[in-house]
Amino acid sequence: MTGARTAGLESHVRERLAKKPLLLMAHVVVGYPSLDANWAMLEAMDGAGVDLVELQLPFTEPIADGPSFVKANHDAIQAGTAWRAYFDLTARAATRFSFPILFMGYYNSVFRMGAERFCARLSEAGMSGFILADLPPEEAAELNAMARGRELDPILLMTPTNSPARLAEIGRQASGFVYCTARKGVTGRKTDLSQGVAAFLERCRTATSLPLGLGFGIKTAADVREVRGLANIAIVGTACLEVWEERGADGYRQFLKTLAAETV
Amino acid sequence: MTMPAELFPWAPGREGYYGDFGGAFVPEMLHETLAELRAAFDNARRDPAFWKSYVEVMSTYAGRPTPVTYCDNLTRRFGGARIYVKREDLNHTGAHKANNVMGQGLLVQRMGKPRVIAETGAGQHGVATATMAARLGLACTIYMGEEDIARQRPNVFWMEQLGADVVAVTDGTRTLKDAINACLRDWAESMADTHYVLGTVCGPHPFPQMVTYFQSIIGHEARTQMLDATGELPRRVYACVGGGSNASGVFAGFLDDLSVELVGVEAGGKGIDSGKHTARLAGGKGRPGVAQGYKSVFLQNEEGLMQDTYSVAAGLDYIGIGPMLADLHQRGRVRFESATDSEVVEALRLTMRSEGLIPALESAHAFVAAFREAPSLSSADAVLVNQSGRGDKDIFTVADALGDEGWKDFIRRKAASYER
Repeated sequence: MTGARTAGLESHVRERLAKKPLLLMAHVVVGYPSLDANWAMLEAMDGAGVDLVELQLPFTEPIADGPSFVKANHDAIQAGTAWRAYFDLTARAATRFSFPILFMGYYNSVFRMGAERFCARLSEAGMSGFILADLPPEEAAELNAMARGRELDPILLMTPTNSPARLAEIGRQASGFVYCTARKGVTGRKTDLSQGVAAFLERCRTATSLPLGLGFGIKTAADVREVRGLANIAIVGTACLEVWEERGADGYRQFLKTLAAETV
Repeated sequence: MTMPAELFPWAPGREGYYGDFGGAFVPEMLHETLAELRAAFDNARRDPAFWKSYVEVMSTYAGRPTPVTYCDNLTRRFGGARIYVKREDLNHTGAHKANNVMGQGLLVQRMGKPRVIAETGAGQHGVATATMAARLGLACTIYMGEEDIARQRPNVFWMEQLGADVVAVTDGTRTLKDAINACLRDWAESMADTHYVLGTVCGPHPFPQMVTYFQSIIGHEARTQMLDATGELPRRVYACVGGGSNASGVFAGFLDDLSVELVGVEAGGKGIDSGKHTARLAGGKGRPGVAQGYKSVFLQNEEGLMQDTYSVAAGLDYIGIGPMLADLHQRGRVRFESATDSEVVEALRLTMRSEGLIPALESAHAFVAAFREAPSLSSADAVLVNQSGRGDKDIFTVADALGDEGWKDFIRRKAASYER
């Protein structure tokens, strides 16, 4: 067990930020292409010095995801990835690696599990928090209160379409850090970070004092370099998976190292 | 006709809830877009001129009011309740889908958005949306599952002729639910200039309320027509239920009439026990869940993964059910039944031969339940069946189901003539 969870996610992020200007968060769709491949991915993340990891529980209707992750979700489900396999992997990962691990997924999984059982399972697996792509804050009050009782942080999203009033509302309910989406749309497509992202992050800063993560379309080492000075955490999801598919395990390890090199 | 805002017994409660069901579970990206739509819809339905303009458009463009037809031959055959049919098949484009689409089109004009997107399963909603877009001068993209495109090629032809882009959806089960996901993804990017014309009473608030509002024109007309024709209200009203838009529309006219029993008919497919069906409520196989933006009853496994659904009628082949209907079921106001594919084909054949009516395979589900129950009612009772659409579109499926050799020969010859 790492010290990360007991210290709280925000403290962990701030401690890391005292040592380096930018953190790196990476993503795995559990069960795709296989649980063994997922383990190799996690080892590569650990080796490269990735700071935070989100593990996605596959869902049949992933409405916030682009084509690569949609395919990964469906193929993982076809391969039979269920709750048990998911939590077995996360628990093993939390024991073996020092980075904090976040649950990522869709609300129906939580709804079917029950809020209390969901929080208990995350807690038992040694996870630090969760990101639910389709759960708006006004539906999350009970779950979030329960989670904080177990020292789990609900990670909320701020998006460029949100009004200042909405950003402020999200800011009031957020903890750990805030996941800011660099553009509209779904995961996967490249983002031009010169187009209004800085102004958007300024609006987020006004709404919260928590660390800010920036995701959606961060695909290259150059992108990560650009995130320096804009946000506190660069979040790379789809690009990791695409590199794994195109360049294999060695290419993946190399890719993560080049990303991480931009954060020190 | 009275504006339904005044008689709106089914207005949702907090955040778009009907009892335990409804709500708006969408990515944060769409939060403001739904707020904008709610405001535009609330503004429109409080404006008496809006409902008037809707009724006007439907009468001059789409063929409303649609008649109620008394079916004497069917009535005599079953020897019980008098059978009446609400003729939504006579709408432009051949189904009740036109109501919702033209209504949302008027709303799009008020919002000033130049583009619309829509999902379609059988293709009826896609064709209706494409006609509306052509008429109102809007760009139009229709998302349709690859499997549905293969099943419903004629509708793809018409959508394209009407100027719509038809995009094949290749993920998931490649059917209606996946087309809805594709629309939500498009909308998360395009919301500034695009309205999503959701075709049924599902999805995030305000769609269930808004689509029911436009479809309630069916029920309000039918109630008056039944009183005119029979001097009293029907004993029962039957409607097929996929997502539930035609059922919500016709039921809306009778919700306050507690003497009228409302019966929703789901697709029993190859039988509930076969696992190949879409009977979420009637089969007792649905479980509460949250997907595609709303909380309702879905066909899903214990861990919340949606299951494959099946029906001979593509328009009923869907995992979820409108939250208002799920609530009305829970409260006992609507009874749910199911009809199997073979019962549906038999009811269709009988209706064609007895009355010269050609219900869509979807609508024929409602006929099955009415035929089943009519003999046990008395001739003093009238029942109303909502014929939500016409069956011409189903010529390939129906010809297969009836094993029509003449049709197969025709197709073989036609195919041979295209060979290069």
